[in-house]
Amino acid sequence: MTLSSLHYFILSAILFAIGGIGVLVRRNVFVIFMCVEMMLNAVNLSLIAFARYLNQADGQLLVLFVMAIAAAEVVVGLAILVALHRKRPTTDADEMNVLRG
Amino acid sequence: MLNYAWLVLIFPLVGVIINAFFGRYLGKRGAGILASAMVGLSFIGAVWMFAELLGLEDRVVTRPLFDWISVGDFNVQVKLLIDPLSSVMAVVVSGVSFLIHIYSIGYMAHDERFVRFFAYLNLFVFAMLTLVLAENLLVTYVGWEGVGLCSYLLIGFWFERKAAADAGKKAFLVNRVGDVGFALGLMLMFVTFGSLSMSQVLEQAMVVRLMPGVATAIALLLFVGAVGKSAQIPLYVWLPDAMEGPTPVSALIHAATMVTAGVYMVARTHTLFALSPTALTWVAAIGGITAFFAATIALTQHDLKRVLAYSTISQLGYMFLGVGVGAYAAGIFHLTTHAFFKALLFLGAGSVMHALAGELDIRKMGGLRNKIPVTFWTFLIAALAIAGFPGLAGFFSKDEILWQTFANGKTLLWALALLTAGLTAFYIFRLVFTVFYGESRVDKKVAAHVHESPKVMTVPMAFLALFSVIAGYIGVPKILGGGNWIEHYLDGSLGWHTPEAAIAETAHASAGTEWALLILSVIVALAGIGLAYVVYVRRTDLPTRVAKSLGGLYTFVYNKYKVDEFYMAVIVKPLRAVGKFFAESVDGPVVDGIAEGIAALVALIGRGLQVLQTGLARNYALGILVGAVLLLAYALVR
Repeated sequence: MTLSSLHYFILSAILFAIGGIGVLVRRNVFVIFMCVEMMLNAVNLSLIAFARYLNQADGQLLVLFVMAIAAAEVVVGLAILVALHRKRPTTDADEMNVLRG
Repeated sequence: MLNYAWLVLIFPLVGVIINAFFGRYLGKRGAGILASAMVGLSFIGAVWMFAELLGLEDRVVTRPLFDWISVGDFNVQVKLLIDPLSSVMAVVVSGVSFLIHIYSIGYMAHDERFVRFFAYLNLFVFAMLTLVLAENLLVTYVGWEGVGLCSYLLIGFWFERKAAADAGKKAFLVNRVGDVGFALGLMLMFVTFGSLSMSQVLEQAMVVRLMPGVATAIALLLFVGAVGKSAQIPLYVWLPDAMEGPTPVSALIHAATMVTAGVYMVARTHTLFALSPTALTWVAAIGGITAFFAATIALTQHDLKRVLAYSTISQLGYMFLGVGVGAYAAGIFHLTTHAFFKALLFLGAGSVMHALAGELDIRKMGGLRNKIPVTFWTFLIAALAIAGFPGLAGFFSKDEILWQTFANGKTLLWALALLTAGLTAFYIFRLVFTVFYGESRVDKKVAAHVHESPKVMTVPMAFLALFSVIAGYIGVPKILGGGNWIEHYLDGSLGWHTPEAAIAETAHASAGTEWALLILSVIVALAGIGLAYVVYVRRTDLPTRVAKSLGGLYTFVYNKYKVDEFYMAVIVKPLRAVGKFFAESVDGPVVDGIAEGIAALVALIGRGLQVLQTGLARNYALGILVGAVLLLAYALVR
C-alpha cells in the first residue's frame, strides 16, 4: 500500500479534530495552547499535501509563513499567559471569565 | 469717491472692531472720540458721493465689491448702488448718526459699559449703511437683520432692568414676524424674476407679464417686513417699549434711521409696488390709519419718551401714506426732515432727563424754560417743525404728503391725515407746555440740581435744530415759488410712476386747490398749537376735567387701546397654550416615547443576548467550530 494524498488529508483532518476538541474540552490553558498549535500543524500538513497533489509550490510557501507567524503567536500567547498567571495564579481556563456579560 | 464708496461702509466697521477688541485700552474719551470720528469720516464720504453724483448725467452708479454666493443660477454679488435715493439716505443716516454719537459721549459719560455702547452704535451704522447702499436685496436683508440685532442689543443695553430686557426681546420677536414676510417676499421675488439684484428685478418687472396676484403678493410680503421694522399697525407694539433703551438709541435707531428702513425699502422696490395698485392702497391705508391711531395714544401718555415714540409711529404712518399714494419722493422727503426734528426731540428729551436725574414723567416737570434754555429752544424748534409750522422742515414735507394724497383722490385718508396733523401739533405742544412752561412740579431734591447739559450734548442739538429749520427748503413746492428740488432729484431713482401717479401730476395744475389745502393745513397746525396753549397754559384744570368727562374712552386710549393686552390674550397666550400642549402631550409621550422606546428595545435585546457571553473562550471557540462546520456542510450540500 502506497501512501496517497488522501491519507495525508485524512491524517490532517484527524489531527485538526483532535486539536479542536482539545481546545474545547480541556481546561488547562497550556494544553489548550498546545492543541491550538496542533490544529495549526494539521493545516500545515494538508497544505503540504495539496502542494504535492497539485504540483505547485504555493502551499509549501504558505506553510513557511504559517510557521513564522505561529512562532510569533506562541511568543505573544505565552506572554499573555504569564501576565494572566500573575494576576490569577491558576491555569484553569474556566476561571478566566472576567469578560462575562 | 464713487470708486471708494466702500469706505463709507468700512469706517464704522473699523470702529466696531477697534472698540470691541481694544476699546478698554482707549479709555472712555478715546473710545467715544474714535467711534464718532469713524462715523464722521463715513459722513464726509457720503456727502462727497452725493456731491459727485450731482455732477453726473446718469445718476445711477453701481460698484461691485465681491461675489458672495454663486451656486448654479443663484448669484449674489455684493454691490453698492449709489443713486439719488440711496445717496440722500446715506447722507441722512451718517449725518444724524454722527451728531448723535457726539451727543452720546456726554449722555453716556457715567455708564460703565460706555465702550460697548459705542461698539454697538458703530455696528448699527455699518448695518444701516449696508441696508441703504446694497444693490442686491439679499444684501439689503443682511443689513436689515443687522440693524434689528443692534436694535435688540441697544434696547436691552441696561439689561439689569427687567423692563429693558423684556423690551429688547419683544422688539426682536415682533420684528421677526415682519422679517418672515420680508424673507418670503424675497423668495417669491427670486422665483418670479430669477434674481434679487435691484437692476435685474427692475428690468424684469417691466418686461415679464406676471400672473395677476403675484405682484400684489410680492409687494404685500415686502410690506409686511416694512410694517414690522417701521412699527405700523399691527406690528407697532415694540416701538413704545423700545424706549427702555438709552435715549441716544431712541433718537438714532427708533426715530431717525432704523425705523424708516421700511419706508426706504418700499421706495427702493417701488417698481413692484407700482405694479400692484392693491398693494399700494394697503400701504396708504395702513399708513394713514397708523398715523391717526398712534397720534391719539400720544395725546394721553405721561411718559415723555413714550409720547415721542407714538409720535414716531404716527409720522412713519405719514411716510407710508406718502409712498402708498405713489408719492415716493414725498415719503422720502418726510423721512429726511423727520430724521432731523425727531432725533432732536429725543435728544431734547434726553437732555431733560439729564437735568432731572432721569425723570420721564411729564407731570413731574414744568417751568424748565429758563433753567435749561438751550434744550428749551432746540426742543421748541423741533416741536414747531413736527407740528408743521410754516417755514420749518416738517411743514413742507408733511404738506407735500397731504397734497399728494388729496391729488390722488384718497380724500378719506387725506381728511384723516389732516386731522392727525392737528393732533400732532396738539400733543407735541402739550409736551412743550407741560415740560417747559407753568409751575415747576419737579421734586424738591431734584430741583436743586437742575442744570443745562454740557456742550458736547447741546452742540449736536443745535446742529439738528438748524437742519430742522432748513431741511424743508430742499422741497419747496412750486406754488410757493420753489422747484421741489428733492422730487426732481429723486426722480433718478423713483422715476417709474404708476398711471395713478401720472394723473396726480396733471392734477398739479390746479394751483388754487393746492393753495387752499396749504392754508387749511397751516390753520389746522396753528389750531392744534393754540388749543394746547389754552389747555395746558391758560386753563390747566381743563385736561383733568376733559379726561373725567370722557371717562371710559379716555382710560381706553390711555391704556393704548389695550392692544398689548389684546395681543397677549389672542396671540401670546393661545400660542403658549399650544406650545404647552405640544410639550406635554406630543413631545413627552410621542417624540420622547419613540426615542426612549428604541433605547429600551435595544437594552432588552442586549439582556437577552447577555447569556451567550459567558466569558469562557471555550464556548466562543465552540461557536466558531459549529459555525465553520455548518458553513462547510452548507457548501457541501449545495
